[in-house]
Amino acid sequence: MNKRLIEVEHLKKYYPVTTGIFSRHIADVKAVDGVSFYIMEGETLGLVGESGCGKSSLGRTMLRLEEPTAGKVIYRGSDITVWDKKQLKGLRKEVQMIFQDPQSSLDPRMTIGDSIGEALLIHGVGTEKERLERVGQLLQRVGLEPEHATRYPHELSGGQKQRIGIARSLAVNPKLIVADEPVSALDVSVQAQILNLLMDLQRELSLAYLFIAHDLAVIGQVSDRIAVMYLGQIIELASRNELFSHPLHPYTEALLAAIPVPDPHRKRKRISLTGEVPSPVTPPPGCRFHTRCPKVMGICREEMPGLIPLESGHLVSCHLYD
Amino acid sequence: MNNTVLQISHLKTYFFTRGGVVKAVDDISFGLRKGESLCLVGESGCGKSTVALSVLRLVDSPPGKIVGGEIRYHDEDLLRSSGKRLRQIRGNRIAMIFQDPQSSLNPVFTVGYQIAEQIKLHLGLRHKPAMERTLYLMKQVGIPSAEDRLKDYPHQFSGGMKQRVMIAAALSCEPEILIADEPTTALDTTVKAQILDILRDSKEERNMSILFITHDLGTVAGFADRIVVMYGGRLAEAGTTYDIYDRPKHPYTQGLISCLPRISNRKDRLTPIPGTIPSLIDPPEGCIFHPRCERRMPICSQERPPEVIISGEHIAACHLYS
Repeated sequence: MNKRLIEVEHLKKYYPVTTGIFSRHIADVKAVDGVSFYIMEGETLGLVGESGCGKSSLGRTMLRLEEPTAGKVIYRGSDITVWDKKQLKGLRKEVQMIFQDPQSSLDPRMTIGDSIGEALLIHGVGTEKERLERVGQLLQRVGLEPEHATRYPHELSGGQKQRIGIARSLAVNPKLIVADEPVSALDVSVQAQILNLLMDLQRELSLAYLFIAHDLAVIGQVSDRIAVMYLGQIIELASRNELFSHPLHPYTEALLAAIPVPDPHRKRKRISLTGEVPSPVTPPPGCRFHTRCPKVMGICREEMPGLIPLESGHLVSCHLYD
Repeated sequence: MNNTVLQISHLKTYFFTRGGVVKAVDDISFGLRKGESLCLVGESGCGKSTVALSVLRLVDSPPGKIVGGEIRYHDEDLLRSSGKRLRQIRGNRIAMIFQDPQSSLNPVFTVGYQIAEQIKLHLGLRHKPAMERTLYLMKQVGIPSAEDRLKDYPHQFSGGMKQRVMIAAALSCEPEILIADEPTTALDTTVKAQILDILRDSKEERNMSILFITHDLGTVAGFADRIVVMYGGRLAEAGTTYDIYDRPKHPYTQGLISCLPRISNRKDRLTPIPGTIPSLIDPPEGCIFHPRCERRMPICSQERPPEVIISGEHIAACHLYS
């Protein structure tokens, strides 16, 4: 415990925008634009942001499912951005991913057992009999029956499919799981089941999670620390309690104010945030949030604020705290 | 009860599929009053969208069929209205917006044209006044620089802006009733809050009634006047918003509320509802919720529970109170 499992330094991922029949390169979508953070062993870092802020790109680039444009990703002391294919295959045994839509990540023509066993087969784990046994254990571990192994994805509900997605990622005993919106496609009653399962697994297997979601209430339920992302950059990062009790960045305040409270007596404050997220192809100069910020000052339009640490380890990128 | 604008009585909408008869809506009754927002809450597959589609007689037939009941709009039973009369009502007196604004807009026409088309059809205005009214509506739902955006195509709008366009179109004929089927589900949290504000303002300004359909009890606490909770095609509980959040009686409603993630001071397990929603082809005998209910009694698996009046308008379909 208390060791940094993975560390991301100034990571950038740009997607080229091209035009014409010769695919002339005209601009870049700056999906991830200079992001740094770390995840400790056994901890959950929540990554929250609105759609298009680059949170999924960050998760994928960090695992080298996408090639980073610049920056480093240090996994247990070694920079994986320079690893070759063979080394990466080794990495896939230690870091896994869970996706939002369990339907599209399962092959409809493969039985559940084959889908889960595939990971074991690829990494050459055990004999066929041992693999079958392991699949049964995994299914039980995620709250299904070993008999589910012979079924096909269409026979299962959304929640059950997400359990399969989890079982599959656990097959190779990973240390880190990147969970990209794992519950946003699920009904509320099932969402709670899956969140509990993820937290139980973390305790038992001392897993670390990068938990990506747009819903701050869900993130708050599972995370130890929370990073808030806006237009390709992390604008605030703090422990969960610190972030909820003392949000510093105006964007974080707006996100918190927008969380629906299931209490009709509490009249919600009207949302102060106007306008829309600007395009990541031509982000505004200065602070990227200044076009929507209710507390905008002159300097915000000119200078980009850095992510600076305050006391108590709270990081914020805002000129209000210079 | 003179101010009831829409009264649904014993509505039954079934789908006749090869696998059997799906009782999507199985004997449900409730009324919508003038100027109120009534929220129909339930998980996927509980039949809430089918209720909405039945009101406008938009259920795909075959396989769907309204097999019984009555939908009374003022003095008229919509289930007996002619096709011509229904076309006068749809979009004009009763308008509807859907979860996915993308699929409700035609990609080859400008949004201004699409809103104006409806105004011309129902209100008989000529092109110029119709476009003026369109502009007024687009401003009212908070579309920035509406003059320029009139001539934009749907793909040039973001998800939140498209949903505003749909609201503008729905409001164009000053409908008496607006049916909103999960209008905020696909949107980001901050945008979701903005859309709810727009709906609330439009409702109050026009004394319009809103039937708001959602799976998320968290969203509607500050929005709804009354709530109907549906489960498995039937009514589980109905009451004022305060009845439902402060004194939920049905174990299903209690479960739905307690499984919501909340901003609390610690990372903690949630209290999910065990199991999954039942098949509506072969639903459980008696109370349809009994296999998942923690307070079930022998009678629950034998008899369908009656709708018991708890107090005033608060009713619960549960044997615990009969």
